[in-house]
Amino acid sequence: MKLANLISAALVAGILGLWEGATRIMEIPVFILPPPSSIFATAIIQAPRILPHAAITFSEIILGIFLALCTAVPLAIAMFAKPTLEKALAPFLVASQAVPVFAIAPLLVVWLGYGIASKVFMAWIIIFFPITISLLSGLKSCDHEFRVMFRLMNASFFDTLILLYWPWALPQFFAGLRVGVTVATIGAVIGEWVGAQQGLGFLMIQSNARLQVDLVFAAILWLTVMGLGMWTLVGFLEKKIIRWK
Amino acid sequence: MLQVSGAAKIYKGQTIFSGLDLCVAQGQFKVLVGPSGCGKSTLFDSLTHVINLDQGTISWNHKKLTHLGRHAAYMQQKDLLLPWFSLMENALLPSKTGKQNMNLMKKKAEKLFARLGLKGYESHYPHEVSGGMRQRCALVRTLMFNRDLILLDEPLSALDAITRRSLQSLLLLLQTEFKKTILMITHDIEEALLLADEVCLLSPIPMVIKEQFVLDWPKPRRFNDPRLLKIKEHMLARLEKDLDREAG
Repeated sequence: MKLANLISAALVAGILGLWEGATRIMEIPVFILPPPSSIFATAIIQAPRILPHAAITFSEIILGIFLALCTAVPLAIAMFAKPTLEKALAPFLVASQAVPVFAIAPLLVVWLGYGIASKVFMAWIIIFFPITISLLSGLKSCDHEFRVMFRLMNASFFDTLILLYWPWALPQFFAGLRVGVTVATIGAVIGEWVGAQQGLGFLMIQSNARLQVDLVFAAILWLTVMGLGMWTLVGFLEKKIIRWK
Repeated sequence: MLQVSGAAKIYKGQTIFSGLDLCVAQGQFKVLVGPSGCGKSTLFDSLTHVINLDQGTISWNHKKLTHLGRHAAYMQQKDLLLPWFSLMENALLPSKTGKQNMNLMKKKAEKLFARLGLKGYESHYPHEVSGGMRQRCALVRTLMFNRDLILLDEPLSALDAITRRSLQSLLLLLQTEFKKTILMITHDIEEALLLADEVCLLSPIPMVIKEQFVLDWPKPRRFNDPRLLKIKEHMLARLEKDLDREAG
């Protein structure tokens, strides 16, 4: 583990070093590719300007995740409880994934406006699917023998759900949530690219047009920090909740 | 009293068993011994309503039933403890789903933990204890079902020989102390002879009861008892003959 960490660190340092060296030796203009040192400097110095935008993007993502959880969890449970419902809805769920969500982003802006709503919606529909599917397959993966035991105990569906199915499905639910938080970031940013007045995506488009490439990179850096932060948080929650693994 | 009459099950065109009669008297410890794959588990599956019988009837205390779901507790090779619950919580599952008085049931479970050698392990999690302890906990849970009939499906076959010995004596308690009616499946002849009041020797598929042995001498028994050894020899010879015929 220690060695693996060392290798990762060396890899990052190597790439950054090469980048830094190349931009300085080849004298690449900063409006095309700024060196990492100036990106870090911009990310810190311009933080008062970037962070309010980051807060907007962050709240869009969090709201999107919240809505996705509120809808995906009941739907997955309902589909699990009633296989007929699953059979009826499965084609729609798959079809909804075949539609490139990014392609309908401009429509969402037309329908829901330039505000936060269109981005929240975007994040929501993107992560709704992985959470529903992973939770459903988690619930369905429960061993037959355990189900028989609960049936012999004459346990109600609700009791069986709380005591058996839900904890059983938790690892897969978290796997879906991990994917979800990562793609939610993409959803929110694309939504902001298409049409927004604030947010990190908006800041990137605006800075790009003004050739402030270091600010574009700084925004990406903050997005990455946010994504990693949420990824880590989900991992932490997973470890806290699933203590038996 | 458990009575199965004329039971038949056909699966994918193959007769697993047909015209099978089986009777377990109140408080009796009955053991079915047979080669693996002879259809023992299919019989248990139909008793516990995993599958339905194609023919035949099941009755418990002279009442005809489609299955024993409400009258039997079930213990098998896998301990089926839920890893997210402590041993005590696992043992209390039947009381919880049965909406019983939890305080009362907890006291009962604590007594059982002490009786079955699990005292002090109530708040341990399944992955923290040995296979033998887990199976003891499964036994407590089986008793917490509060049912008069207990079905045991090779409950000890996943354990090592030494642990198995000590758990065999605990299985005996089901009958002597807790007054349960027991139907057990095993392919361990010695285990059958140590525990049973009556042993049924089963044939390979299609399953029929080839021979019944009434063992009326007292328990606990010793495995080097000459009476026991004699029956064991006889049973082994019969099983081998069946296997030879199958191979030939």
